[in-house]
Amino acid sequence: MSIDLETAARVAKLARIRVDEDALPALAQEFNTILGFIEQLGEVDVEGVEPMTSVTPMRLKRRADEVTAGGMQERVLSNAPDAREGFFAVPKVVE
Amino acid sequence: MSELNAMTIAGARDALRRGEVTSLELTDACLAAAEAAGALNAFVHPTPDLAREQARAADARIAQGDAPAMCGIPLGIKDLFCTKGVPSQAASRILDGFRPEYESTVTQNLFDAGAVMLGKLNMDEFAMGSSNETSAYGNVVNPWRRGNDDGPLTPGGSSGGSAAAVAADLCLAATGTDTGGSIRQPAAFAGITGIKPTYGRCSRWGIVAFASSLDQAGPMTKSVRDAAIMLSAMCGHDPKDSTSADYPVPDFEAALSGDIRGKVIGIPKEYRMDGMPEEIEALWARGREMLADAGAEIRDISLPHTKYALPAYYVIAPAEASSNLARYDGVRYGHRAKLAQGDGITEMYEKTRAEGFGAEVQRRVMVGTYVLSAGFYDAYYNRARKVRTLIKRDFEEAFAAGIDAILTPATPSAAFGLGEMAEADPVQMYLNDVFTVTVNLAGLPGIAVPAGLDRQGLPLGLQLIGRPWEEGDLLNTAHALERAAGFVDKPAKWW
Repeated sequence: MSIDLETAARVAKLARIRVDEDALPALAQEFNTILGFIEQLGEVDVEGVEPMTSVTPMRLKRRADEVTAGGMQERVLSNAPDAREGFFAVPKVVE
Repeated sequence: MSELNAMTIAGARDALRRGEVTSLELTDACLAAAEAAGALNAFVHPTPDLAREQARAADARIAQGDAPAMCGIPLGIKDLFCTKGVPSQAASRILDGFRPEYESTVTQNLFDAGAVMLGKLNMDEFAMGSSNETSAYGNVVNPWRRGNDDGPLTPGGSSGGSAAAVAADLCLAATGTDTGGSIRQPAAFAGITGIKPTYGRCSRWGIVAFASSLDQAGPMTKSVRDAAIMLSAMCGHDPKDSTSADYPVPDFEAALSGDIRGKVIGIPKEYRMDGMPEEIEALWARGREMLADAGAEIRDISLPHTKYALPAYYVIAPAEASSNLARYDGVRYGHRAKLAQGDGITEMYEKTRAEGFGAEVQRRVMVGTYVLSAGFYDAYYNRARKVRTLIKRDFEEAFAAGIDAILTPATPSAAFGLGEMAEADPVQMYLNDVFTVTVNLAGLPGIAVPAGLDRQGLPLGLQLIGRPWEEGDLLNTAHALERAAGFVDKPAKWW
């Protein structure tokens, strides 16, 4: 599997990371090196093997469905790059 | 008494209880040592005022006779731990200015036990790296140097600041985290002890997430006894982490009898790598002899899927990272890029993440995005998770056959030069974790113990891997190995 420039650009877009056009060849090259390394996994016979979901056998715990925290709007917003009137502010989302 | 900052946790605890020293004196000694060690670039956010306040409180507590083992012990805290009101940015530009409104469970546990925080320690960005060269704060320099050469060496990574600070006596001990070897590899490179406990032993709550199914916190210390003391204080069940195990925390120090007669130590043949330096091979053979001399039975074993651990890791860890790091979007915390006229929310995300993430983090997030994308999920991600099942099964079969612990080298080499890997492709750097990464994939406890010096005078470590939830037994075997190895060397001070 070889990554071409178009695929590299698509992955960058999916990851929401801006990559300049002229940086794409080097990026595609690095992907190919890493994916070439990963290809070895194809040698392993995984017939009938379950994919691991939890490394230690455990059941997720349940708890009563009740409010355990809240009412800390100021603290939640305290690190926001742009917070106004009790909300996170972002550039226009809807045209 | 030796220099206060050079003390072990056990030594300081005993001296504190006897009233021979105060926590404030210990803390001041460490703060002074840290301030004079700027050349190492280990401490990146010192917290001297908080440290002295905590030290005074600890002294008052000790005076009242209420003193848990960690009470009054000055520690360095890896920047990956969220600490309330103190910069916590995972060595990334994207978390520039972030001051958490909450405290991680592990640091809270340590503070509840009376420990003192000297400041935050440098690391690889988001714990992604094996040389501490991906940090937004710049490289950490290993206090160790080659005997005939002043060239700066890596302390390893990702907990490189923690390893350097402990080795250079800037603190009594430090917290680390380990996703693929990030406690054990730097511990080996710096001649100190580091343990990654069983997955689920330490709460991950409040630790900046890298790969959630692999991440574990652990102590980095000057001795195995210190690792036992500090680990007991760090771990415990936490309802805020759904993967935190609801098991009682044993007194790990009480397990350190040093008696390992009759224990069965496995030597996995797959860890004998092609091109492994002769010195690593020789150290491993010596470790085997030392454990045999202490009365353990040595048995050759096979862990057939070892070879596939690194490639499986480099699917699973980036996949989880791409998901975990999606939260850094310039909205809720940290850096937001300056936007141009007409930029919308997508441009904000893309510019913020391009400016905020370093090259290695971007690479891993994109590799993770790729292996999870439609059409490749089965071929890469699901296959890697199946291989992970097989890797864990290898260990389970060894333990079922009566193996108590497994002895391996900790790293494939001693510390290398900063910048030495700059021209190598990323996979070459990944090979640093070849002996440690299996342990994360299988969720097992693993400990690195310093065991000797190489020809150039650099420390080398051995790794012991234990049964799940049996850190006490593992620490006891490590204690026996430590005693037999008798490693007491310290780096010659140049900084």
